[in-house]
Amino acid sequence: MEKISVKVCLGTTCFVMGSANLQELIDIVPQKYGDKVDVSGVPCLGLCATDWEFSKAPYVKVDNDIIKEATVEKVISAIDAKLAK
Amino acid sequence: MTINTPKQTSHLKREILVRLIRSYLGENFEESTRLIPYDMRPKGSEVPYRCCIHKERAILRDRTIAGLGLSIEDADDSELLSSLAKKAEQRQAPESNPLTVLHTACQGCVPSRIYVTDLCQGCVARPCESACKFGAIKVENGRSVIDPAKCKNCGMCAQVCPYQAIAKIIVPCENACPVGAIAKDENGLAQIDFEKCISCGKCVAACPFGAVHEKSQIIDILKSIKNGEKLVAMVAPAIFGQLPCSPKQLKQAILSLGFADVVEVAEGADITTKNEAAEFKERMEDGQKFMTTSCCAGYNELVDKHIPELKPFRSETKTPAYYTSELIKKETPEVKTVFFSPCVAKRREAFQNPNIDYVLNYEELGAWFIALNVQVANCEESEFRKESSAQARNFAVIGGVAGAVNSLLEDEEKAQAYIIDGLNKQAIRDLKKFAKNGVCELGNLIEVMACTGGCLGGSSTVNAYKPALKQLTAYVNESPEIKNVIKQ
Repeated sequence: MEKISVKVCLGTTCFVMGSANLQELIDIVPQKYGDKVDVSGVPCLGLCATDWEFSKAPYVKVDNDIIKEATVEKVISAIDAKLAK
Repeated sequence: MTINTPKQTSHLKREILVRLIRSYLGENFEESTRLIPYDMRPKGSEVPYRCCIHKERAILRDRTIAGLGLSIEDADDSELLSSLAKKAEQRQAPESNPLTVLHTACQGCVPSRIYVTDLCQGCVARPCESACKFGAIKVENGRSVIDPAKCKNCGMCAQVCPYQAIAKIIVPCENACPVGAIAKDENGLAQIDFEKCISCGKCVAACPFGAVHEKSQIIDILKSIKNGEKLVAMVAPAIFGQLPCSPKQLKQAILSLGFADVVEVAEGADITTKNEAAEFKERMEDGQKFMTTSCCAGYNELVDKHIPELKPFRSETKTPAYYTSELIKKETPEVKTVFFSPCVAKRREAFQNPNIDYVLNYEELGAWFIALNVQVANCEESEFRKESSAQARNFAVIGGVAGAVNSLLEDEEKAQAYIIDGLNKQAIRDLKKFAKNGVCELGNLIEVMACTGGCLGGSSTVNAYKPALKQLTAYVNESPEIKNVIKQ
């Protein structure tokens, strides 16, 4: 089975709008899912730059799905949903 | 509560700041400011928090007023944001009291009281009745009932109930305030008594509705830059844990906003350390039993307003912001200084110090970067004019100030530090006791930080505490020893 990839955007906009508090995912996810999931903080994904979308930051990408206004809970349930498939 | 818990209210406040900054730098400041609540909640949009879209917009309007640096309480409901924006742009100096309360968001909170829940069994032992010193609680129809006229909210009944059936209902802002400066008035609206308020910002962090706002000076700062004035950013060390970039990149990022220079407040912290170590040594030689630090603005205001008897024990040494702004104004008197702050209290310190012209907090800085699409991680590196010491840069971390003072004392003179990690009612009682007795049995150098964790735990910070600490510590570890920085 292919690994799920989780990318936490740490660009300036996402960071200020809340991904500062998502950095804990980088610790939590490996503890919870072991090597089933790859998680990392990444430079700006470019999602905030289009048309005032900064207000939906922070963004997290779980594989190719984009999570807007991401929280730790939203990301964890997105991972769970993928794994349940 | 852990330090810097993530909050949706911060998201709202920051979004408004971004829109406000874009409005100011855009075509029509007044009109685009008026439209902020409508842009955030356009026709047909979701209503995430309130009863209807109109109330959402009304509350966003009020939050925008705080962003304009005006008092929400003073603004008439009929006044348009456009005319308030004009008022903000025309003022000559920022308004004084640093906080303002959004009453529309405040009404939901019930007054603090003791409440008997459905879990009450009307038991035979009735410890609540015997525990109450005021005869305020009695069993009626098989259930304990509190007489509000007699109840003093002491909570004894709640403590002794074997079913934990009695709840103490708190108002979060009142409960968080260490000095009783915020309370609900007869209309159920929170009011801040600025005679008592020490600007510690605990109510800002505690309110679940985000009703307590800092009055922003962002418009004053933007205006100053627009008018071609030279602004120097004074960045306190806590900032280096706040954004995803290196300190030198952050300097470049701040320059790109239109600042003439960026100076580390750690420069002043090195002076503070040197003076405070000498003062500590002298006081101990004179037979004084203890000394407290004097660099936390919230603590200083606490002593001035509530514990004047502690003044003789508080160090006379000035804050790092004081020395840094003095240095800058001596070198180039025509510049204006902006203190970049993690907390509310520094706003008050700035009002009292003519060398500090403006204060910008980290949320506002972050919003400014967003507004101008500054990607801090992609900025070039820019050197600071002076290398400050590891000890100075560590002032932002709890224990850092006492550690710095000790680093300049010989072994036999070393202070025994007692650290007050965040002001609360108990810490204030302790401080009063030390002042009264003239002695602190726990140490001879008391470091007081109003915020838990030190400046990194300030209510206006952006980063979570742990990663902020990690990032700042990395910077501290690559910095030179204080003995190599200052001339003894």
